[in-house]
Amino acid sequence: MIPFDYSRATDARTAVATVMARPDAAFLAGGTNLVDHMKLGLASPELLVDVTRLPLDRIEELPDGGMRIGATVRNSDLAAHPLLRRRYPVLSQALLAGASGQLRNAATTAGNLLQRTRCGYFQDVTTPCNKREPGSGCAAVGGWNRHHAVLGASEHCLAVHPSDMAVAMSALDAVVIAMGAEGERRIPVREFHRLPGDTPERDTVLEHGELITAVELPPSPPGARSAYRKVRDRASFAFALISVAAVLETDGDRVRDARIAFGGVAHKPWRATRAEEALRGAAATEDAFRQAADAELGAAQLLPDNAFKVPMTRNTLAAVLRELATEERR
Amino acid sequence: MIVLDGSHSGVPHRRSPACRSCREPARGRLPAKVWLLQPGWYPSEVDSHLTLRVDGEEWSLTVDTRTTLLDALRDRLSITSPKKGCDHGQCGSCTVLIDGRRRLSCLTFAVAHDEAEITTAEGLATGESELHPVQQAFLDHDGFQCGYCTPGQICSAVGMLAEAEAGHPSVVTPTGNGSGESGRPAVLDDDEIRERMSGNLCRCGAYVNIVTAIRAVARR
Repeated sequence: MIPFDYSRATDARTAVATVMARPDAAFLAGGTNLVDHMKLGLASPELLVDVTRLPLDRIEELPDGGMRIGATVRNSDLAAHPLLRRRYPVLSQALLAGASGQLRNAATTAGNLLQRTRCGYFQDVTTPCNKREPGSGCAAVGGWNRHHAVLGASEHCLAVHPSDMAVAMSALDAVVIAMGAEGERRIPVREFHRLPGDTPERDTVLEHGELITAVELPPSPPGARSAYRKVRDRASFAFALISVAAVLETDGDRVRDARIAFGGVAHKPWRATRAEEALRGAAATEDAFRQAADAELGAAQLLPDNAFKVPMTRNTLAAVLRELATEERR
Repeated sequence: MIVLDGSHSGVPHRRSPACRSCREPARGRLPAKVWLLQPGWYPSEVDSHLTLRVDGEEWSLTVDTRTTLLDALRDRLSITSPKKGCDHGQCGSCTVLIDGRRRLSCLTFAVAHDEAEITTAEGLATGESELHPVQQAFLDHDGFQCGYCTPGQICSAVGMLAEAEAGHPSVVTPTGNGSGESGRPAVLDDDEIRERMSGNLCRCGAYVNIVTAIRAVARR
């Protein structure tokens, strides 16, 4: 690890100005991803600006019934928040499905959004990777690609985004608040992460030095129910093969509205707008749920090792919607 | 202990008002003479002075910013109960309590924890004779084999029991049944214990008795 300077931020504006002025600087929060990357040689900042003591650790209810989650709120505290559990169970469940108890006590809201792919080639500096070293190639093309993307990938990068939390936030239409040189801007979570295209080195639309200060959740529609389900190789402490976040509203036996996002299938949390469109006004039946899944997954591009993700996502979406529809009729 | 100009900066030591570096935390290079006498510490441009309270004792030390909390505890303060397993946050053997919460000491830099209260498995016991209930339960129920993961398992269990007591849910907590809601303690059955302890691996596979030991404490 190369030597680096450490500085503890006391106000957000100075922190932003400091990192913006130095291309070799990075923000440090929980460190669960960045410290590991520094050990692995994937990141080598020469200045770390620790933002964990900034007053960004509050969870507040907004006047419109939504919630504002500070950037440095620990994942475990957010998952346990009584109001969040009541109004946005999908988000609490997604957080608890991620990592381990120790990691959730360290990881923050902003850090979770900014964590990088767990693609084995990205994490192995001896292999080519366009995300780590633009132009070097993608070892997953023709390599081991069981965990890789089936939607929205490019020839330059097949990696998937590892977050569970961000998948739930996508389904909830959450908004990221980021502070830059000219003040704050609001970025919908759906537009926050990028598809790889020919610049897979960029995971998000944030500029260097922009600091996430909070995430806002819009109010939950009355009668909406939500859930998160994650499928993985072992029961706990593993990244998703695929996951589904869903928010469902029904009118009797018909779907009024559905908001759905998939994890583990793309370079970003995948908002399933085609599936949502297919469900709006449809009967809340198993057939309709499966057809909605097919509407979204029809565009899937399969790799030799990951074709299982399509039926797995279809089955999981159908199971989650069935559960939510049944709950609602009770 | 080496004292140079009233300071013993660079040498890990129990905090003392007589020490200049304890009074005035300093950064930067120290005279070469000092570090040559101190194995395990080398001066660099990125040294940082910090105070840690570990298992009830206050320590004052200078670390290279690259030092993880785990390495500071083990290599600088000779507190070796937190173990280095994977060193990448995947095995849990380095688990300690930082300000009362279970964390992985391998995935965090020591410099980020100035003034923090650290508890390791060694510090859980009261004196020489009275073990912490979780330590005693691991002995009573044979909750280990080789013992390497045990200090991490025990710290993790202590942190986990406090989380459950504070009403924190887990991913296997049934929703809507009141368990752990509105600050009520979560009910810990075996599935809950397994899920909440999934960040601690045991390569000997002593899991069955680890769950038994934790269940015994949780039911009290």
